[in-house]
Amino acid sequence: MPRQALTLVGVWVALMALLATTIAATFGPFGAWKAAINLSVAFCKAGLIFWVFMHLREQRGIARVVALSFLLWLAILMGLTLADVLSR
Amino acid sequence: MSEYVTLREPYAARRQQSDADFLGMYVFLATEAMLFGALMCLTFLYRTQHPQASALAAQHMQLWIGAANTGILLTSSLFVALGVLAARHGQRRTTAGMLAGAMALGVVFLTLKGIEYGLDYRDGLMPVIGHPSPVRQGPAGLFIDLYFVATALHALHMIVGLVVLGTAATLVLRGAKRLPGQAVVVEMSGLYWHFVDVVWVFLFPIFYLARG
Repeated sequence: MPRQALTLVGVWVALMALLATTIAATFGPFGAWKAAINLSVAFCKAGLIFWVFMHLREQRGIARVVALSFLLWLAILMGLTLADVLSR
Repeated sequence: MSEYVTLREPYAARRQQSDADFLGMYVFLATEAMLFGALMCLTFLYRTQHPQASALAAQHMQLWIGAANTGILLTSSLFVALGVLAARHGQRRTTAGMLAGAMALGVVFLTLKGIEYGLDYRDGLMPVIGHPSPVRQGPAGLFIDLYFVATALHALHMIVGLVVLGTAATLVLRGAKRLPGQAVVVEMSGLYWHFVDVVWVFLFPIFYLARG
């Protein structure tokens, strides 16, 4: 058990470090890249939470596919929305 | 990993039962992701269409309260994860304690959110009520409205999460749910809490860090 708990604490340390990174990037000289950096950090944080805290690493194929299926639906939603707005 | 599970009808094997539990919860959370995803898509589009107005609006948001709340939620998620671990090892009191810790942080989050809304009211950022600030004029106003809709919807989910965690902790502490056989109660409550955390992880950069 202590080793598993240590993994969880390790993930938390990584999450806090990512939070510090994203705030630092906001005040840094990154101009138009800030949004990309902040969004990438958010995806990293979400990935860590999904993989470890939300037990995706323990699951078999089918459960993982189901858990991440929303990414496909969101991609359709956002893809078609962007296709409309950005091509006007 | 599912050796600790108490098998119940209609499942033939522990692993199958555990798969079904997680599958059902993941499907529910996917529908929640669509709800928040649509809102985030809209906000992101608005930012690309009105970059200056969005940045101006974001500069009037309480960045440090948002940042503190992000840290608080991430920490509460650690408590929940440790609670699930304790539940799988049959540690009743530790489980309830960890869940109580997460709930306390959840209450701190909502308190800070309330203080933040109070400051927003003072600054005239709120729609309809208060003396509207000049910032609200033009396209920045709608970005601020989106911020209120998204954060209020998230706060509502936090309140539901507090009820869910509180129920799970009570059931475990009273022995109405036996650990580790019925740890699924803690696992599913935890999944919901983590998901609400993930939503905030995206709301934070999309709104607070949009200051250009």
